[in-house]
Amino acid sequence: MSYLNAANMTGGYGKADILHGCTLTVEKGEIAVIVGPNGAGKSTAMKAVFGMLPLREGSVTLDGQDITALSPQDRVKMGMGFVPQVNNVFPTMSVEENLEMGAFIRNDDYRATMAQVFDLFPILKDKRRQNAGELSGGQRQQVAVGRALMTQPKLLMLDEPTAGVSPIVMDELFDRIIEVARSGISILMVEQNARQALEIADKGYVLAQGENRYTDTGEALLANPEVRRTFLGG
Amino acid sequence: MSGTHQPGQSSTLRGPICFAILAALLVIEGLTSGWNSTLGILNMGLLSAIMALGVNMQWGYAGLFNAGAMGFLALGGLAPVLISTAPTPGAFRAGGPGLITAFAVAVIAVLLAVQAYRRTSGKLRGLLVALILIVGFFAFRWVFDPAVTAVEAINPSAAGNLGGLGWPTLISWPVGALLAAGAAWLVGKTALGLRSDYLAIATLGIAEIIVAVLKNEQWLDRGVLNVNGIPRPWPVPYEIDLQNSASFVAKAQSWGMDPTLASTLTVKLAFLALFVVVILLLIWGTELALKSPWGRMMRAIRDNEVSAAAMGKNVTRRHLQIFVLGSAVIGLAGAMMISLDGQMTPASYNPLRYTFLILVMVIVGGSGSNWGSVLGGILVWYLWVKAGDWGPDIMGWAASPFADGPLKDHLLNSAAHMRMLVMGIILLVVLRFSPRGLMPEK
Amino acid sequence: MDVINALVALTNYVLIPATAYGAQLALGALGVTLVYSILRFSNFAHGDTMAFGTGIVILFTWLFQSWGISLGPLPTALLALPFGIIVTAALLLGTDRVVYKFYRKVRAAPVILVMVSVGVMFVMNALTRFLIGVDQITFDDGERFVISARQWRDMTGLSEPLTLRSTQVITIVTALLVMVALFWFLNRTRTGKSMRAFSDNEDLALLSGINPDRVVTVTWIITGALATIAGTLYGLDKSFKAFTYFQLLLPIFAAAIVGGIGSPVGAILGGFVISFSEVGLTYAWKKVATYLIPHWEPDGLVQLLSTDYKFAVSFTILILVLIFKPTGLLKGKIV
Repeated sequence: MSYLNAANMTGGYGKADILHGCTLTVEKGEIAVIVGPNGAGKSTAMKAVFGMLPLREGSVTLDGQDITALSPQDRVKMGMGFVPQVNNVFPTMSVEENLEMGAFIRNDDYRATMAQVFDLFPILKDKRRQNAGELSGGQRQQVAVGRALMTQPKLLMLDEPTAGVSPIVMDELFDRIIEVARSGISILMVEQNARQALEIADKGYVLAQGENRYTDTGEALLANPEVRRTFLGG
Repeated sequence: MSGTHQPGQSSTLRGPICFAILAALLVIEGLTSGWNSTLGILNMGLLSAIMALGVNMQWGYAGLFNAGAMGFLALGGLAPVLISTAPTPGAFRAGGPGLITAFAVAVIAVLLAVQAYRRTSGKLRGLLVALILIVGFFAFRWVFDPAVTAVEAINPSAAGNLGGLGWPTLISWPVGALLAAGAAWLVGKTALGLRSDYLAIATLGIAEIIVAVLKNEQWLDRGVLNVNGIPRPWPVPYEIDLQNSASFVAKAQSWGMDPTLASTLTVKLAFLALFVVVILLLIWGTELALKSPWGRMMRAIRDNEVSAAAMGKNVTRRHLQIFVLGSAVIGLAGAMMISLDGQMTPASYNPLRYTFLILVMVIVGGSGSNWGSVLGGILVWYLWVKAGDWGPDIMGWAASPFADGPLKDHLLNSAAHMRMLVMGIILLVVLRFSPRGLMPEK
Repeated sequence: MDVINALVALTNYVLIPATAYGAQLALGALGVTLVYSILRFSNFAHGDTMAFGTGIVILFTWLFQSWGISLGPLPTALLALPFGIIVTAALLLGTDRVVYKFYRKVRAAPVILVMVSVGVMFVMNALTRFLIGVDQITFDDGERFVISARQWRDMTGLSEPLTLRSTQVITIVTALLVMVALFWFLNRTRTGKSMRAFSDNEDLALLSGINPDRVVTVTWIITGALATIAGTLYGLDKSFKAFTYFQLLLPIFAAAIVGGIGSPVGAILGGFVISFSEVGLTYAWKKVATYLIPHWEPDGLVQLLSTDYKFAVSFTILILVLIFKPTGLLKGKIV
């Protein structure tokens, strides 16, 4: 059984389902990337894994435990970290306070974790007294990822972490994400920049209309001519 | 008060049943306390209903929170003073030119400041605008103060104000609406389009200021000295004339009625007839407007401001229109109220009674429903009056076990505040359990 | 010498009263801004909350006076203050449970919550009047002056008098202590930071495991404390009258919005902007002018605006800010 096993997820916000039997699995320390056209249900699938979407069918297990009925907050306690696409920092709080809030549910000493986050994103250490709302887009994303890492999650979920940042910043962010995965944390990520994301992915999911269309290693998907033509623009 | 708000067969009967209950309450009032009292409550209830119609246009049609109905009401009430009272002899000659010049100076200063603001920038702009306004202010006071002194010196015990034009009272009603509309336009222009509760706070402020002006500007309306003897509107007669009329006395006696009572009843019935006509005209007009494309758009904006804006509707502009219209109706009610009372007493304007109680009327009646506002206006006014009567009785009963002394006195004295509590609880209960009110919008 | 006399008159009639009034407005505006940032509505019941809290403080003051307990030179009301805070906070928490909680759950629009707060305002209004009536009440006792006019004359020999009332000093010192404590709480404690986080980004705060019920509870307790302290200081400095407190809503809202609603520093700044403008514009400058300009005896009071129009000052500043800088002097939030 995979570390995360979200099987056969079906559901939506209103009457109409957005997801139709979508399945996502992530192994320990693996980077899984969800790509697909606009409206394919990528973000929705991510939200379903995190418990922000009511499921009609299907189940989600984490490390063998069924968490289908748990609230997002409880999933955080179980070891999930989630970085929303927008509004993912506390803008009028300093970088350090953002990280502190990330560790809110921890009752132990989190200073070591904060040091690790600062090692991972050295720029944040320099700006730790500055308000997150005053940082550049890329730095804000680093704060957002850092905040999620403060709970020491086993699975980190990122909803389009590179939306709106420059290509250079994107490459840097991907490098950091690889580093996070090396430390044994599983990554599940939705990406708009499909080609670059698949390059770093151990596993890729191509979703279309709420269903799994292709599932393979990132490399294989990049090599698949049909995927290239239909989803990667040639 | 039914807690259900599903539309069903009962909903078509609901309005008539509510009005029937209201009528029964008023009949009981007439049988127990006399018809004079009933008509008194009903007339003020009808005026409250007109105020509620105005507030309902804002809150019910557009979701705008007007926390200053009192101000527009008071401003409307200024119209009968300025239009229909007799002119003070010599007052205009003494102070009129000065006052007109002063206000002209004020307007010119503001216009100049606006131009300066538009045409310059940076530090110069701030300095220039401030300079123009300061010079304008002193120039205004320099012309204004002597004119006021001159007006207030004329026959101060009976007049001391400019007086009116001596025109028929009915003309002053639409003028009251216009005055209120003008103030509403100024407030709405600045506070609309921002956060929804900024309008509430701005209107709260303008209301306090309007009432402060009415209380303090003696040259305008004698301030707290009050203006008495404001003429009644056509065709309402005066009691004393009726009592002196032989034919009226004979008719009253032929019906077995005391002529004095008959005369007061006749006067109240005449007011009643006028008020009913105005209410029917207002409802006819608003219902027509609501069914027009303009009204449909208004409701679309209220129900989903974001999507209406996305469809290219100018939400702020529509809000300004409805806010001004609603305030005009409140101003109309204010002018009518002063005509009914026959006097202007600026100190009697109290925000709890004239702003927040009107909101309770609209919400209890049913936000967005015109007939609901009429029902809410009369019913809540009835409850307000009766809660003032019942409070002491209930309190007297509750305090009867206690020995005479400070505690009992305190309890008895507190009874008057009972109705605040009742109104607050009614508002909270309706908002929570029946947010669509007694007669929901269709 | 005349310049010094002018300065003394200015200090006596403008600077000291405006500072005390500004501190009272600032505390009131802090309460409004706190409810606004956490619960996301303009609380129309805040003036009446202040009146209620002050009413309780007065009742406890009378109780202590009847027991013969006093604080010596300080007003007994300071001793009664904690009890007033406890009762007011309990009332606010009860109100939240019975009234506001439901609307949070259904995520009602802010304007609905404003309307609900009007209902709460009516109820609190009635409660306060039940408790203490509608009359004007003066409840300060203890030493009246820190510096009396005679002491001042003996001390300086100046002809122009200056008095420093103890209630003014108490207001300024208490307000300062409360503000320092509040900022320490918001910036240094875990709970305070979680409140700021909740205000900044509610969804992310929930994701981070911040308990919304706890944040709301703490907010109401602090609001109750701020309202009671602001009301008591105002009552000590001037006098208590339930309706006056309702009318304070306007300058308090104006202070919060002018400073930038949602921003605590802004609320304090706004409080002083409003108070200095109000006192400065309604003060009769005749005395100061006579000192400064020799051989000139002005005919009038040289008063820019009658005190009856003090609300017009708050209102005008409010309108100017809404037109030119709707986010306030310090950038507040627009929800």
